[in-house]
Parts: sequence; C-alpha cells; structure tokens
Amino acid sequence: MNTSALVVMLGTMLLVTGLMIYFFTRVLNAPPKPEPDSYLDNDDDPDRQATP
Amino acid sequence: MSANKESWGSRVGLILAMAGNAVGLGNFLRFPVQAVQNGGGAFIIPYLVCFLVMGIPLLWIEWSMGRFGGRFGNHSTPYIVDTMGKHRLWKYIGVFGIWTNIAVAAYYCYLESWTLSYVFHSILGTFNGLDQEGVASFFDTYVSIGDSTLGIPYEAVVFYLLCLLLNTWILSKGLSGGVERVAKIGMPLLIVFGMFLAYKGFTIKAGEAGASFDSAVGLNFLWTPDYTQLWSPTVWLAAAGQIFFTLSVGMGTIHCYASYVRSKDDIALNAMSAGWMNEFVEVVLGASILIPISIGYLGIDRVTELVQQGGLGLAFKTLPFLFTQWGEVLGAIAGVMWFGLLFFAGITSSLAMGTPWIGFLQDEFNWRRKPAAWSFGLIVLILGMPTVLFFHYGVFDEYDYWAGTVSLVVFALVETILFAWVFGMDRGWREINSGADIKVPDIYKYIIKFVTPVLLLWVFIGSLVTPKGGDWGKALSGDWVLDDSSIINKIKNSSLKRQLAEATDPAVIEQLQETLFFVNASRILLISVFLGIAALVYMAYKKRVREGRI
Repeated sequence: MNTSALVVMLGTMLLVTGLMIYFFTRVLNAPPKPEPDSYLDNDDDPDRQATP
Repeated sequence: MSANKESWGSRVGLILAMAGNAVGLGNFLRFPVQAVQNGGGAFIIPYLVCFLVMGIPLLWIEWSMGRFGGRFGNHSTPYIVDTMGKHRLWKYIGVFGIWTNIAVAAYYCYLESWTLSYVFHSILGTFNGLDQEGVASFFDTYVSIGDSTLGIPYEAVVFYLLCLLLNTWILSKGLSGGVERVAKIGMPLLIVFGMFLAYKGFTIKAGEAGASFDSAVGLNFLWTPDYTQLWSPTVWLAAAGQIFFTLSVGMGTIHCYASYVRSKDDIALNAMSAGWMNEFVEVVLGASILIPISIGYLGIDRVTELVQQGGLGLAFKTLPFLFTQWGEVLGAIAGVMWFGLLFFAGITSSLAMGTPWIGFLQDEFNWRRKPAAWSFGLIVLILGMPTVLFFHYGVFDEYDYWAGTVSLVVFALVETILFAWVFGMDRGWREINSGADIKVPDIYKYIIKFVTPVLLLWVFIGSLVTPKGGDWGKALSGDWVLDDSSIINKIKNSSLKRQLAEATDPAVIEQLQETLFFVNASRILLISVFLGIAALVYMAYKKRVREGRI
C-alpha cells in the first residue's frame, strides 16, 4: 500500500476501534445505580437494592 | 392506562439493540461505495466531522427525547413529540416516526429476505460452477417472481413471507425476550463474520485462488486520499448523508428504544457506545470487505464501473462468484458468513422498525404486544408486496427514496429545531445530562443549538435542489440546472419523462409507461398510509380527551 493510504487507513481504524472499546468499557465499568432502574436482569442484584 | 409494561433486560442488551438498529446493510454496501466515489481516504475527514457535529448530537437528541417522552408513558414519536412542544400539530409531525418505519420495513424485509435466501443458496452450492454472468443473471431470475431457482414456486415471495414472519414472531416476544435477545446473538456473530471476511479482504494475493491483484490494490483505491475533493460541497453532502443514514437517525426507532429508559439512568454514554460501535462496523469492517475483495479479482476499472450501480449489485451479483474462487468449502463458508452478516445487520434494524407502531398501539389503544406485533406484520405485508411483485417497475426504489431518504432528513431537521429551540436548549441540556455516566462537553450545547440544525437544513436544501452532476460551482455562478436526483425533479418524474420522450422502441415505451404508473401508484399508497396513521393519532387524541388525560 502507498504511505498516504496506509496512514489514513490505520489512523482511522485505530481511532474508531479505540473509541468504540473505550466507550464500551466505560459502560461495563459504570457504577451500578440503585433499583428500580431500567433493566430487568439485575432486579435481584444485592448491590443495586436501594438502602432504606 | 397504557398496556405497555415493556422493559430492557440489561444495559449491554440495550446498547447492542441500539447498535443493531443502526448497523444495517448500508454499513457494508453503501459506505465503501460512497468513499470510493467521494475522494477515497479523504472522504473520512468530512465523514468524521459530520459524525461529531451532526451524528452524535442527533443521537443525544433522540435518546433524550425518547427518555423524556417515556416518562409520560409515550413510546412512539407522535406523543413523544407532543410532550415537548405545546402546539397541537406537533403530534402529526411525529407521524413520520411511525410511517417511515412501516414504509422502510416493507421493502427492507424484502432485501433482508434476499440475504436469507442467499445463505441457503451458499450452503446448497448453487453458485459453484457459475461464471460471473451466471451469478448476476441468477439474481435477475430470483427477483423475477415467476421463475424459481430452488424449485420452490414464487421463491422470492416465499422467502419474503418467511422473513416477515420471523420478524413478527420475534417482535411478539417483546423487547427483552425478542428484540434484545436477537441483538445479543446477532451483533457478536455479525462482528465475528465481519472480522473473518475482513481478514480475507486483507490477505488476497495475486495469482492465488484466481485473484488478479493483491489486497493492497483495493485498499489503495479505497484509502488513498484525494484532498482536492475536500473543497467539494458534493463530498461534504455525501458524507453528511452517509452519517445520517448509517445511524438510523430521523426514523423514530431510537426514541422508541430510549423511551423504556428511566430518567435517572444514563443515555449520554449509551448513545456514544452504540454510535461508535456502529462506526466500528462501518469504517473498520465495512471498508475491508466489499471493495478489497472485488478489486482483488476484477480490477479497479471493472469495480469502478460496478459501483456506479451501487453496492447491492456488488453484494449479490459479484461476491458470490468471487467466493467460489476460494474452493467449494471455503466459498460456502464465506457465502454463509457474508449473507449471514448482512442478514443480522438487516434483522436487527427491521425489528427496531416494528417497535414504534407496537408502542403506539399499546399506549393509545391498550393493545397487547402480540396482536400489535401481528398487526405490524400484516401492514408491512400489504405495503411490501408491491415492492416484491413490481420490483422491476421501480416500486422498491420509490419507497427507499421517499421513506428511507427524504423523510429521515425532514424529521431529523424538525426534531432538532423542536429540541433546541422549542423545548429549549437549557431543558434539553439537562435532559441529556440527567443520570449521565460521562461528562458531555459543554461545546455540544452550542453545536446542538446552532451547527446541527444548519447542517441538516443544508442537507435538506442540497437534496431539494441538487444541481446537475453535483456541480455547485456552476450552479452558484447562475447556471442552476436541477439534477434528476433532486427532490424537485423526482417529484416531477423528470428522468422517466425524458426517457419516455427519447424512446422509440414500442416495448421500451410500454415498459416506461408502466414504470411511471407504478411510481405514481407507490406515492399514492405511501401518502395514504401517512394519512391513515395521522387519523389514528387524531383518534388517540380524542380518546385521551375523553379519558381526561389531556
């Protein structure tokens, strides 16, 4: 590949992949919010029960 | 009281469903063609700029509007929009958010059914032994309803019905039990299939398995930047258009999905995560499959010629032939992966299109999920059959143009003005930041208020009065001749009428006259559906008044 095409391609792909991973990781590591929240699967999760 | 008690199962499920809604066939078929036609690698600059100043703001606007409307028990755009603007006409603007989805689903399910059918044909080895013309004519035979390639009578209709039934059945299973479950399976599989094909796209070697050129030739063709193109308004318009369509904004599906999120839960980070996931699929995977593989076998000249007809031709008429060059087994695997990937991209989007209608019936007329889902299937079937039966008469393209292109721009422009100027940017900003897990940069307050609406207005005007050949320089110097792709000339059927005037062969004249009839009939049908939904919104309004909800 020629240099300019390689630079544009790698730069773009690394940027987009990096940001995709960054934001998805932020979602996975976000602190849990107390129930009731918008999601069903964690309704019984002890970490998410509101403190009385 | 609304019968709607739906909920998302998990946050990751919501993000995958939202990304699946955005990821569609266009990520793999439209983006690489747009890039090739608009400056190669340099296209990525306007593309990413438009993503930052138009795509991301629109995502935040739609997520916020949806969550805000959901707080008042509204899960479709007519009454989501109604809660934000005081004027009684707003709810009729919101009709776009249901109408677009029904009309797009009608033809999109047909497209999706091709991918499903091609998965089967790849497994059965239908394409083995066919030359490129054979594979291309296979497609033409397939969409000619009377002929069958599999021995099944009316094969294209059968696959269409199968696809529609599958969509409707999944929708009837609910948000977490149906839509989210498919997204959780479909999105990871799509990425795995995409990575495998991208790997193949990067490793083609001239002389091996019938290839004529190395991958580098195709990648150079796609990524070598032509910076002179950066000064062309056409390129910027194409980039803005691509961002617009790839994110599925202006449809009403994002509002609907977000309306099931509570106000204390994040939307800002969710929107960014789903948005960048879509960009990954489009820029990283989408750019690494279609063009590099096609050029590896056919060369730049032939592919340049083929991309003029759009990505669909390359995907269905060319790639199946190229896959057979890799041997029977690997060719079949690649075919299943390619069309399977397109199928998952399609179904995660078409499922999203069903949810606004279902939400509307549940909220306003207390329908249960199942009958609401089957009513969607029935309407899509009635509206979609003309696209199947009269495909060669331009019905498919007509639906795509008005519902899948023009309507999105109009609705996005209006909703941005509503959000930033009618609802108010201060309230809007509070909505975006409510429960946010990220700090939204303050500059976006100004981008959403000023830059995004201006950019959308420019996209709309650019589409309304597109100058001939996209030559804006000539147009601005006073010689403004409208292109046939402009909205005004489309309304006037300029292209068809000119072809009719120039035609001398009676058979061609008859074909063109029939096409003109079907094009006008499609428009009448689409307008009737819009008016029908508007009438339902009016009935819902009257019901709300009777019940004292207004």
